[in-house]
Amino acid sequence: MALQSLDIKARSASTSPSPSARSTFEVAKMVDASRCIGCKACQSACMEWNDLRGEVGVNVGFYTNPADLDDQTWTLMRFNEKEVGDSLQWLILKDGCFHCADPGCLKACPSPGAIIQYSNGIVDFHQESCIGCGYCISGCPFNIPRMRKEDSKVYKCTLCSDRVSVGLEPACVKACPTGAIQFGSKDEMLLYAEHRLDDLKSRGFASAAVYDPPGVGGTHVVMVLPHGDQPEAYGLPKDPKLAPLLAIWRSAAARTLGVITMAGVAIAGILHYMRHGPLEVPGEKEG
Amino acid sequence: MDEKPILRHSVTERMVHWTIAIVFLFLFMSGLALFHPVFFWLAGFFGGGALMRWLHPVTGVILFAFFAWYAAQVWRDNRWLPADQAWVKNMSHYMRKQHHPEDTHKYNAGQKLMFWSMVPIIAILLLTGIVLWQPAWAFDPASRGFFPPAVRRLSGILHAVSAFAMFVGIGVHVYAAYWTKGSIRSMVRGTVSRAWARFHHPAWYREVTGQPEGPQGGR
Repeated sequence: MALQSLDIKARSASTSPSPSARSTFEVAKMVDASRCIGCKACQSACMEWNDLRGEVGVNVGFYTNPADLDDQTWTLMRFNEKEVGDSLQWLILKDGCFHCADPGCLKACPSPGAIIQYSNGIVDFHQESCIGCGYCISGCPFNIPRMRKEDSKVYKCTLCSDRVSVGLEPACVKACPTGAIQFGSKDEMLLYAEHRLDDLKSRGFASAAVYDPPGVGGTHVVMVLPHGDQPEAYGLPKDPKLAPLLAIWRSAAARTLGVITMAGVAIAGILHYMRHGPLEVPGEKEG
Repeated sequence: MDEKPILRHSVTERMVHWTIAIVFLFLFMSGLALFHPVFFWLAGFFGGGALMRWLHPVTGVILFAFFAWYAAQVWRDNRWLPADQAWVKNMSHYMRKQHHPEDTHKYNAGQKLMFWSMVPIIAILLLTGIVLWQPAWAFDPASRGFFPPAVRRLSGILHAVSAFAMFVGIGVHVYAAYWTKGSIRSMVRGTVSRAWARFHHPAWYREVTGQPEGPQGGR
């Protein structure tokens, strides 16, 4: 963790301010679906760097393998087979954590420090503090965190926070042979994405767009989508938002008010006893 | 004057009552740790957060089972009677010891309200608790768990609100028992004095003893 421990923006279920003496610029990973050739090098590199090995599965009828994210698969190439115009296309999604600026998982987590948001934008799970309640799964608008059955801890993409903290790019970025995955400051990445949009639009992809959903405050994994008007075709939510019920459920104000009221009940009892004294049977001494 | 004490709570009823009390304390402390981060340190009493998260729902089922048995024993004595309406109307006077009703059966209206509020609260806590429980093996990634996230979020709200209401109810219950001298003894040793029964539960006194309240009725 080293000095990264100073660069914290938010911690789950914590009552004191996060250390904020320093802050770093926000980073982002940009995934350009138009340049992706579906080689799965990013998926392999993720397994390699993070030392993850899923069980050997079975072919479920399409090219996505394994069929879903799991505790050993933190990034997954999803090969969405879609008819676009009169051709069948692979609309490939590099699925994994989007590292929301307003992370629903962190809001939902009841365990202090189990979920950390660094000032560079990375949202990281600290499994040693995870209590296995799965609230983060209920808070995520993207359906990303996965609970491991063997240890009841939740896992997801770390955006290679270990590599980034020492100035390296994430493993998936390093492995990508076409430059479809880029990494840098978020400003830089958005600028670069704009260039990509210009290029795509000049080639006839009129609806190309950047996926950086404002409903979650923007993300630190942004996508360039050639068919940007229909993110659902890629398996992405059109306008992901934190659920209103999440805000009510995890409302710190409501909970603090609840605690104060509970203390009030105890104090009311003491005051009542002092004011009125015990209710005794007249003339009887308690034995 | 026969001053033999009257049995108010059988030994089984007392043991079940105190089992529920201890189990409630356990659930309250572990629930409070999850309710507000200020109290997360309470997790230390339960061997840390992960073990606490495992224990809390199991303990909840135990509370439900004991409460269900208890409720089956006492619900008849908690049926709402016309006289209870008058007790509620005079509750503020009762709390100031300015009014004492003559027609109270085994439980007064306050005790009945406590009982009947606990029935739905505990039922809601059980149902929403089952939704929140969802151990790791029940998390099917494709469906994001046996219960969908929206249902879990709603259950989380209902569970917290009900638990809060339960604390307030139990808080009033504990204080009322401490305030009404002789009632803790009745739940520990089982018996109350005849004067106590005549004073607090005159209708019940007449029922169990077959005697009118007599000259020592206490008023």
